[in-house]
Amino acid sequence: MRGADQESQPIVDVQDLHYAIGGRAIFSGLNLRVRRGAITAVMGPSGTGKTTLLRLIMGEHAPSSGRVLAFGEDVATLSREQLYALRRRIGMLFQNGALLTDLSVYDNVAFPVREHARLPEPVLRELVLMKLQAVGLRGAAELMPAELSGGMARRVALARAIVMDPEVLIYDEPFVGLDPISMGVIGRLIESLNRTLGITSIVVSHDVHEIGTIADYSYLLSGGSVVAEGSPAQLAAEQREVVRQFMSGSPDGPVPFHYPAPDYYEQLLEQSPP
Amino acid sequence: MLRGVGKLGAVALFLVRVLGQSVLAFGRPGALARQIYNSGARSLVIIMLSGLFLGMVLGLQLFDLLQRFGSTSALGEASALALIKELGPVITALLFAGRAGTALASEIGLMCATDQLAAMDMMAVDPVRHVVAPRFLGGLIALPLLTAIFDCIGIYGTQLIGVGMMGAEPGTFWSQMQGAVAVHDVYEGFIKSVVFGALCSLIAVYEGFHAQATAEGVGLATTRTVVNSAVMILLFDYVLTAVFL
Repeated sequence: MRGADQESQPIVDVQDLHYAIGGRAIFSGLNLRVRRGAITAVMGPSGTGKTTLLRLIMGEHAPSSGRVLAFGEDVATLSREQLYALRRRIGMLFQNGALLTDLSVYDNVAFPVREHARLPEPVLRELVLMKLQAVGLRGAAELMPAELSGGMARRVALARAIVMDPEVLIYDEPFVGLDPISMGVIGRLIESLNRTLGITSIVVSHDVHEIGTIADYSYLLSGGSVVAEGSPAQLAAEQREVVRQFMSGSPDGPVPFHYPAPDYYEQLLEQSPP
Repeated sequence: MLRGVGKLGAVALFLVRVLGQSVLAFGRPGALARQIYNSGARSLVIIMLSGLFLGMVLGLQLFDLLQRFGSTSALGEASALALIKELGPVITALLFAGRAGTALASEIGLMCATDQLAAMDMMAVDPVRHVVAPRFLGGLIALPLLTAIFDCIGIYGTQLIGVGMMGAEPGTFWSQMQGAVAVHDVYEGFIKSVVFGALCSLIAVYEGFHAQATAEGVGLATTRTVVNSAVMILLFDYVLTAVFL
């Protein structure tokens, strides 16, 4: 019964989150729940704090008020040891891959295992090659990060993120700067890893089309809170202007094209300062 | 003023964190050896060349000065004491800050700018333990070794010019040195080089670790490393000299 309760609980639960940096409010009353086993997309225009939200979930920042629960634990109240124990259950893929540049592809993937487990080298080798095979880069094991393309670097980072068999995988803008083939590859990997490994995925992305093909549930952030949520089909059918602008990529709308500025005509008439 | 005190406090807290993790860094001798190689062996050429030329200049200047007082026999003693107690530790530390310190700061700063440190933290690997502590210890161990090499080559440079070119008596040169340089003189130079090694390494890893994640931020961290190291080396040199006298 207790197990069933746990299953029904969200794996990440953001409750009435407020967060400000340097006096500027990033979130004001954000609520978001990530269902176990699902691919949850977090979308929104640039500067809405999507990456900041991931860092709050990972406990890198603490909320001004509100709570971020991961596996039922309030992340902000955890000690460093408890936080590290929590992070071992979560894998994170950074926007640029964040591979360790002085290690080869093989050593990058082996890195978390070497740090956290004492596996015999033959077992470790088998594990690393298995993860590299899963992302299609077993043949690149001996390459250095500088020799990889952007898409390859992200796939290696993905292999590294799954090598400890995490329960949750967090992707920060996994499609940014990739060619259409690499985007398709990453999208397919996110989906297949989620289904085959039975993990939960949180994907932060701008890419409405790509994320729409893989997400089970999506949140659209704007102005510090969730402005729309639902399945990709539900979001696509939304008629509110703020959602329409983002989904169709309109340059102007509720999110203005122009950064707030004084009246253009009056500014031009002003004398330039000496 | 308050900002300065705040920064000192932040550096002190960082030092405590690094020292706490440094104990564990000894458990990874491979990583530590690599950092000693990076900070020490890669600085060898500049240290050896500088030591040689400084020793040669000492040979010229001291011989000329001592000749005026008819005491060229003190050349070996004067040059050895100057090098072992003062010039060796200070010049080596200044060169070390310029070569290895900047390399450390920019390397860690770039790791910070490319999210490598954040990635380690997210993998539940403390970047202070994995990145900072071995580099701090590497510098701390490398600088006294480099200072010893600098001193030896400096003395050889003085002998090369003073004896080989200016005509000082070789037997007197070495015997005066042997008679005048006591263990506590060597000890003084060693203590200074250890303190300077800790200072240079700490400043470099602190600045790199706290660099802003931009190209400008990494550049500023590198510059601050050299400037702060140079000032602190000279300040602590005065303090230590006053203590030892």
